Amino acid sequence: MKRYSAFAIAREALRHHTGWQRAWRSPAPKPRYDVIIIGAGGHGLATAYYLGRNHGIRNVAVLEKGWLGGGNTGRNTTIIRSNYLQDESAAIYEKARSLYETLSQDLNYNIMFSPRGVMMLAQTEHEVRGYRRTAHANRLQGVETRFISPAEVREIAPIIAIDGPRYPVLGALWQPRGGTARHDAVAWGYARACSDMGMDIIQQCEVTAIRQERGRVTGVETTRGTIGCDKLGIIVAGHSGQLAEMAGFRLPIESVALQALVSEPIKPVLDTVVMANTVHGYISQSDKGELVIGGGADGFNNYTQRGSFHHIEETVRALVETFPIISRLKMLRQWGGIVDMTGDRSPIIGRTPLENCFINCGWGTGGFKAIPGSGWAMAATMARGEPDDLAAPFGMERFREGRFIDESVAAGVAH
Amino acid sequence: MLILHCPYCGIHADETELAPGGEAHIRRAGPGSDDTEFENYMFARKNPKGVHFERWRHVHGCGKWFHAARATDTLEVFGTYPAQTTEPPEEILAHIRKRRPDWKGFQG
Amino acid sequence: MSTRHPALGRLIDRSAPLEFTFNGARLRGFAGDTLASALLANGQMLLGRSYKYHRPRGPVAAGPEEPNALVGLGTGAGFEPNQRATTTELFAGLTASSQNHWPSLEFDIGAVNQALTAFFPAGFYYKTFMFPRAAWEKLFEPVIRRAAGLGRPPRQSDPDDYEHFHIHVDVLVVGGGVSGLTAALAAGSTGARVLLIEQTAHWGGRAPVDDAEIDGQPAEGWISAALKELAQMENVTLRTRMMGAGVYDHGYALAYERLTDHAPDMPGPRHRLWRIRAGRIINAAGAIERPLPFAGNDIPGVMLAGAVRDYLLNWGVSIGDRTVIVTNNDDAYRTAIALHDAGLIVPAIIDARTDADSPLIAAARERGIRVERGRAIARVDGGKRVRGVTLCLHAGEGAPLGHIPCDAVAMSGGWSPVVHLWSHCGGKLRWDAEQALFRPDPARPPLGADGSGFVISAGTANGHLDTASALDDAFDAGRRAALELGHKDKGKGGKAPTAAPEEHAPVQPVWMMPQGAGAHLQEKAFLDYQNDVKVSDVRLAAQEGYESVEHTKRYTTLGMASDQGKLSNINGLAVLADSLGREIPQVGTTTFRPPWQPISFGAIAGMNRGPLFQPLRKTPIHDWLAENGAHWEPVGGWRRPYCLRRAGESVEQAVTREILNTRRNVGLLDASTLGKIIVKGRDAARFMDMLYTNMMSTLKVGRCRYGLMCNENGFLFDDGVVVRLSDDTFLCHTTSGGADHVHAWMEEWLQTEWWDWQVFVANVTEQFGQIAVVGPNARKLLADMGTDLDLSAEALPFMGWAEGNIAGIPARIYRISFSGELSFEVAMPASRALEFWRAALEAGKSHGVQPYGTEALHVMRAEKGFIMVGDETDGTVIPQDLNLGWAVSRKKPDFLGKRGMERPHMQSDDRKQLVGLLTENPDDVLPTGAHAVEGGRRENGMENMIGHVTSSYFSPTLGHSIAMALIRGGNRRMGDTLTFPLEGGRVIRARVVEPVFYDKEGERQNV
Repeated sequence: MKRYSAFAIAREALRHHTGWQRAWRSPAPKPRYDVIIIGAGGHGLATAYYLGRNHGIRNVAVLEKGWLGGGNTGRNTTIIRSNYLQDESAAIYEKARSLYETLSQDLNYNIMFSPRGVMMLAQTEHEVRGYRRTAHANRLQGVETRFISPAEVREIAPIIAIDGPRYPVLGALWQPRGGTARHDAVAWGYARACSDMGMDIIQQCEVTAIRQERGRVTGVETTRGTIGCDKLGIIVAGHSGQLAEMAGFRLPIESVALQALVSEPIKPVLDTVVMANTVHGYISQSDKGELVIGGGADGFNNYTQRGSFHHIEETVRALVETFPIISRLKMLRQWGGIVDMTGDRSPIIGRTPLENCFINCGWGTGGFKAIPGSGWAMAATMARGEPDDLAAPFGMERFREGRFIDESVAAGVAH
Repeated sequence: MLILHCPYCGIHADETELAPGGEAHIRRAGPGSDDTEFENYMFARKNPKGVHFERWRHVHGCGKWFHAARATDTLEVFGTYPAQTTEPPEEILAHIRKRRPDWKGFQG
Repeated sequence: MSTRHPALGRLIDRSAPLEFTFNGARLRGFAGDTLASALLANGQMLLGRSYKYHRPRGPVAAGPEEPNALVGLGTGAGFEPNQRATTTELFAGLTASSQNHWPSLEFDIGAVNQALTAFFPAGFYYKTFMFPRAAWEKLFEPVIRRAAGLGRPPRQSDPDDYEHFHIHVDVLVVGGGVSGLTAALAAGSTGARVLLIEQTAHWGGRAPVDDAEIDGQPAEGWISAALKELAQMENVTLRTRMMGAGVYDHGYALAYERLTDHAPDMPGPRHRLWRIRAGRIINAAGAIERPLPFAGNDIPGVMLAGAVRDYLLNWGVSIGDRTVIVTNNDDAYRTAIALHDAGLIVPAIIDARTDADSPLIAAARERGIRVERGRAIARVDGGKRVRGVTLCLHAGEGAPLGHIPCDAVAMSGGWSPVVHLWSHCGGKLRWDAEQALFRPDPARPPLGADGSGFVISAGTANGHLDTASALDDAFDAGRRAALELGHKDKGKGGKAPTAAPEEHAPVQPVWMMPQGAGAHLQEKAFLDYQNDVKVSDVRLAAQEGYESVEHTKRYTTLGMASDQGKLSNINGLAVLADSLGREIPQVGTTTFRPPWQPISFGAIAGMNRGPLFQPLRKTPIHDWLAENGAHWEPVGGWRRPYCLRRAGESVEQAVTREILNTRRNVGLLDASTLGKIIVKGRDAARFMDMLYTNMMSTLKVGRCRYGLMCNENGFLFDDGVVVRLSDDTFLCHTTSGGADHVHAWMEEWLQTEWWDWQVFVANVTEQFGQIAVVGPNARKLLADMGTDLDLSAEALPFMGWAEGNIAGIPARIYRISFSGELSFEVAMPASRALEFWRAALEAGKSHGVQPYGTEALHVMRAEKGFIMVGDETDGTVIPQDLNLGWAVSRKKPDFLGKRGMERPHMQSDDRKQLVGLLTENPDDVLPTGAHAVEGGRRENGMENMIGHVTSSYFSPTLGHSIAMALIRGGNRRMGDTLTFPLEGGRVIRARVVEPVFYDKEGERQNV
């Protein structure tokens, strides 16, 4: 792999950029691999990458029915934070956040991690209590957050209407090293690094069946033929239920639409990420100048990647109230993704009833921020055949035991 | 933006009048059920990409719960029916079979 | 130089001149002008700078597809960035300013980027700015972000109003061109309810500038006749300045009406968002012309041929004196002819086609216009304005064949139907190779609730580029829409309007001009003008493996600018297909997402702003409290007073005073927000036993009982006092925030699980006021108000209730206490609550009565060790965790949550349990949410946390701090001292005690 750098660009500029190589190869599938990952989204590619980097497993194929990074990785609002209340969540999200810090250098691909800070506004006494509790927990978990005053909120984000009137800002949970990253680049950077390790990323390759013998996975059937494997990882947000059905088990998951939208690009006006959970809206400004806006998920099962407009109205209404200057700006584009919601809104990572078949799913509305940590934990789990410390609390069996990892405790709504 | 026919008040209700309530026809597992039965009752969901039987409440209308048979991949609605039943009415099943000949049928 | 033509301009009124300003200069236009046409008429071609390279940009189009002519509009609170000059109607006093340059439009420092173009190819930022790591965060990213965006943001709140309309129609027709008019006529004649909308202020679309003849008369005449006919149909509604913004599932459509943008002094809302439900939606939105990719095609003065014609014929603006036409199809010849006939010079028509011939081409030749066939533009010369073009063979690599001086270039790369509204909700497209365009595939329309297609494309938007077939198609579409909805043909208007069939030479797809252009030309051939994406960028993306059209879009930012690729997408994906050696349909398009054009957030929010944004709920006492020092706290939809401050008092002082007074004398609390739900019916008791963890069926009439409600997981979610009003009637008190949820919860179980039980529930929260009279003097106060009730402990014992009159007001009185004091909660009709409140204050004067707020309530309940749902619970707590196991029946075979509590994790004795805490230093108040640690660290580096403080106060009653906490295995730790590390290295230590701090025996409430 030729390294990317300013010098490389200068060199290529002299020959009209004809010398750039493919970022990833486009191989035909081999008859078998040590590990097959289904799903070339951020989580799948990160899993493959850490299988190679941390565990030396490189005979890996990542199968993708569409184009890599084309699912929720390329449809989210790119927020990265780890200010979670529960220890289990804080551990994996902080692992992810800390990996994001150096991911550009690790991958030699600028994923534009931008630690511009994330603030979650407290607009009711209940939220004040929840976020104070989270800040206390985070300090002891090793996650750098603190509860800040309305005056500090105003200083960091002057365009917020601090005094309400409906929901005055009573403070905020502030994570200074939270932020955003360029979502596509995360998938592309991992893909390039995986390809460079000799792994095969096979796009336009849909899995149609999962092969098993005596309760043990042996391979997959795909639109590009049958491919054998020792271990299989299912990492397909939005379609986990379909793949689980092929593997012969059922998941505690419902798939719903989650929508987002962007404004027309404007000069910088918001230098941080703001989440307002009481009114269901969050907002940041991209490096291109668009305001990137998200809200709550729709409530009914839906695989169409189209949401209902009244949810957009709700979110925009809330944000116009919280950020009055945006009223005269315009919505440029709205879109939807399919998110898998589990019974406690926390993800599932671990083994499945089918031996050597592992699953990573159920990230709900919060998957992007977790990608490196999720891949790290999933890779360890697949390499060892059993969950590592990060993954262990997220096993499916927790629903049977009644041992939930419920983050709504502090925030009330989605991640 | 769905429209569903409320079988109680007879209105073709806009989605903004309705509240979704998840999969229908789930049998409650109470005391005496084993862990698997209880887990299935609480968490296991069919979540199909296709025909889905689901609960809705006409919350900003007559307030009644009803069921809908709906496709989650196209949002086509095959029919709605009162919630006071343990399985979908035959005419709705027949309509689904007509619209989707490959459909595997209702599994309780 | 662009200028006003002396005669033409069908849309402008030369008798109505208007003054406006651009970048401070005072200019003149006419009524009917767009801002773009007026600026061009004043010779102002340079209107802005592109995003990445800050290249000079002038208008390239005349409609909503315009990517370049974006300006800041208005001043002060009315300022709005990124407004399209081509869709902005001119009005007197309009103020506009150009964007994305410093220090000025003419001289822009950022244009230095142009010189570095070679170093800024597609995706260059993914390959650099990584080393050293700190430089990204401290240097590169801040620079990139400062350069971001186009227009500057508004700085003030929006003074304008917005509103929403709802409408149900049979047929929505989007687009008021001749196809839309025809479709509306066809549908309207059946009696169907039709809404016809047009985004501009004018009907008829392009037909007048295309010189069409319909039913034997010029288009303009036909259009006015059609409008007259439509206006006479009562079932047809016509709207201009209203665009179809988006199509959503089940026939939902959004339309965006701009009411006062063209006349800001007009009263009323500025924008109106229409929420439309339509049986069928007809997409008659026309087509958009494609630019031709050749070197220098972005220099101001290079414009779409159709736009050049629009400016000339609609607004009487000539773009230049000498306009070279470059094309791959016949339509541009219309522009050549129009220019020529207007007395302007067309030095040449450069046609990529070698053997095209048609009546239009002949007509151009007849006028003596030089037609260069099989030729292309090798490059455009000029900087901020076109100076000429260099001619070459289209089939070659660009070797110059001659130079043509000119000051404008009109280009046409063919036309693409506007398929957005067809595609928003899943309608699919097919590639029409003959016409080189994507058109709706009628076999795969967006599907409605019944599974049938609900969008029909019509006319040009359906791929019918000539007037005659467009009209036929539109008539069919309108008729079909109505008939599919069950309307009947009434014989009226039963025939499509006719136009003379046109003979066209076929279009020849051109995705790079000349065909064999090398890298040096591709690097100057722009696809996306706003984002500066060139042919070379798309080729680079393909070369690097970004093969999916979505990859290429995202890698190069093609089509991601504020025009959303209306001009660039088809050219871009064709270049991609060519680079990959694939066919265009194999590459496919990116997804079309709403809205068709940007719509204001103000319009989306509508009237739900300020006081109408989640309106407040108010108790009958609300206004009195507001007038008497209420320091408000939001609780659910309500506001409750945290405390009632007296003059000169701090919040803390007020709370302390309220607590001490209530404990010593008597306090009044407005408890009206408490949820009140009636459960009634033959099976009410059975239902109550399922709903609550306690046994409620044994509650006697006349008595109250504290009860807990859990969900099926066993988690406590609401609590409150249950009152048995009669054998078959219960009154359930819920938390203030929980009433609606509990009511819905009850309905859900009754309707969906136990539908054969005879029970009715009613939420009567707002029907009753509820006022707590609390403290040692409570009984005396009530007696002094005058009552027919016997309030003695014998007649009305603790946890009893009675009905009677107090101060002449019918009241129900419950002897329940959340403070540990002698307490009567009195319920009365909401309409009389304020009267009761005033009477109680009056009668209580001699007993030291003072109202108190929620904080005093909270402190007093904590002193007594009572839990507060939301403080001690968080959705993961079961009653046993809170030492409330006594309220969980062991006798009942079933209740909601019972099975959930039996799971292994719920049975563990290592769960967090509620304990009391006393700090070592009695003045230290533990922060709520503080965590206790056990020392040491876990493997993952985290401290060993064992639980957290749920409630913590300084108790004025006791003179020391008190706290409650959920601590792992808390019941085993009685007497232990726990460590709470706080911010800044501070540590508080506290001893674990029983969580009841005050009057453990309950003597004070039971008197």
